Amino acid sequence: MEFVNFHLIPGLVLGSIYALGAIGVTLTFGILRFANFAHGETMTLGAYLTLTLVLLAGWHPLLFLPVAMALTALFVLGMDRVFFRPLRRAPTIILVISSFGLMLMVRSLVQVVWGVKLQSFSKGIALPWVFFDSLRVFPKHVVIAAAALALMLGVHVLLRHTRTGKAMRAMSDSPELARLTGIDTERVIRATWIVGAGLAAAAGIFLAYDTHVETLMGFKMLLPVFAAALLGGIGRPYGAMAGGLVIGVVEELSTYAWIGSEPLLPPGYKAGVAFAIMVAMLIWRPSGLFRGRVF
Amino acid sequence: MAAERPVLELDRVTGGYGGAEVIHDVSITLGRSEIVTLIGPNGAGKSSAMNAVLGTLFIGSGRVRLEGEDITGTPSEQVVRRGVCYVPQTANVFPNLTVNENLEMGAYIRTDDFRPRMEEMYELFPPLAKRRRDPAGALSGGQRQMVAIAKALMVDPVVLLLDEPTAGLSPRFRGEIFAVVRDINASGTPILMVEQNARQALGIADRGYVLVDGRNRVDGTGAGLLADPDVGAMFLGGGSTGPAPGPDFGGPPGGAPAAPAAPPAPVPAPGAGEKRR
Repeated sequence: MEFVNFHLIPGLVLGSIYALGAIGVTLTFGILRFANFAHGETMTLGAYLTLTLVLLAGWHPLLFLPVAMALTALFVLGMDRVFFRPLRRAPTIILVISSFGLMLMVRSLVQVVWGVKLQSFSKGIALPWVFFDSLRVFPKHVVIAAAALALMLGVHVLLRHTRTGKAMRAMSDSPELARLTGIDTERVIRATWIVGAGLAAAAGIFLAYDTHVETLMGFKMLLPVFAAALLGGIGRPYGAMAGGLVIGVVEELSTYAWIGSEPLLPPGYKAGVAFAIMVAMLIWRPSGLFRGRVF
Repeated sequence: MAAERPVLELDRVTGGYGGAEVIHDVSITLGRSEIVTLIGPNGAGKSSAMNAVLGTLFIGSGRVRLEGEDITGTPSEQVVRRGVCYVPQTANVFPNLTVNENLEMGAYIRTDDFRPRMEEMYELFPPLAKRRRDPAGALSGGQRQMVAIAKALMVDPVVLLLDEPTAGLSPRFRGEIFAVVRDINASGTPILMVEQNARQALGIADRGYVLVDGRNRVDGTGAGLLADPDVGAMFLGGGSTGPAPGPDFGGPPGGAPAAPAAPPAPVPAPGAGEKRR
């Protein structure tokens, strides 16, 4: 049971958080054609906006989820308008470097506004539900997994059943043809930022709800989230969901005492797992599990 | 055709990409009920002439008019919104979208219900009706071409531009596509078409233009050009006739064009041959 309680369940929860982040990365990559390094800070921003709302109103943090997602999306739309839109036709590498610069700027902004101290949404200790005397599940984990699943279902409905979602997939297939078809590409780009930023904010909020709020939280998530997007195949939203879950679970399972009584990997090296998966994928299967784009 | 106003007109257009001129003084007109085909060797400027209409070619001098209105240099998004629908030679469908979704995207600029039009398209292309829920990327080359054309027709175009609609297709599919092109035209859509399969293209076209080295070389009715011995010698593979595919002008690299029975047609070297206009 230790395996389920301390490794499998936390892995699935972490994985669904990664999945939310990875969807944004993969959509941006597919439609705007660059790896957005500022995506991690978008997650951080979502968590801090929620923290402020919680401190102001004192309600449960997840009640502010829609508001924080909307505010983060608005911020990212502003970022696109000021930084990325003038570079729309620039080579990919310029966009990547710009996003790197933005990453540093947003992080510093967060540190100036909120400080660098570790904070959390609520104080006190939560007790888990206990099933069959041994299976222990924290209510917050159930809430996070359910909310993440609901958001992913929302992404599915958007991509498969709305005109904007289909146009996003069309543009991900071929921006050139999308333009020649009369698709309003700027509108599609805005939709992409809104979806990506909203989900990133949710990922940040869930992680903060599970653990705590700190200014480097998004940056620390960037590597596993990129690994998840790559594992699923770049430009493949469903792949990103699967990739996120795999990376989350594998990270947590890597610290289980598979052999003997010691953890297989010291917990401090957990982050290296995502990195190892990413390198392995790049070498042996760069198109990912879901046959994504290869650059 | 009488002296009606052409629906699309290139009037002595000179232009190119990034400084290098690729077409010089090219004039083309497309009447309201016509199929007009552009033929000529690779690099003759056929696709560039089309790009001049789409706003993706930098135009140095000359005018492009759509229904009498000057659209010279208008960006492609706006040209498309004016009802000029273009089917590129390659990458002309969204491979990860289903056939249905491809057609829906074709109707993106429509504000009314597009579904009746979609049903019309499935009547025009019966093989697609069975595959509406399949991703377009999973279809055969000929069926993909049908999706591309159907997608462009979703808006009831003012003009349909086809860039080598039969490139890389088997002879059977070529015939089908040409038949469909004629049907579309018969239902009232003017079509400007670039083609490598010159003989078949001229066979269905009202008129044709032969471009060489980015200039008008000859033009005339489809039948007239087919009968023109010079055009025949240059582009149609000598005197070979019949349903066999005409020799391609070079064809796509790696492709295996059917060898003509007659000796290979000499492709004019750049600068060779006198101007006939």
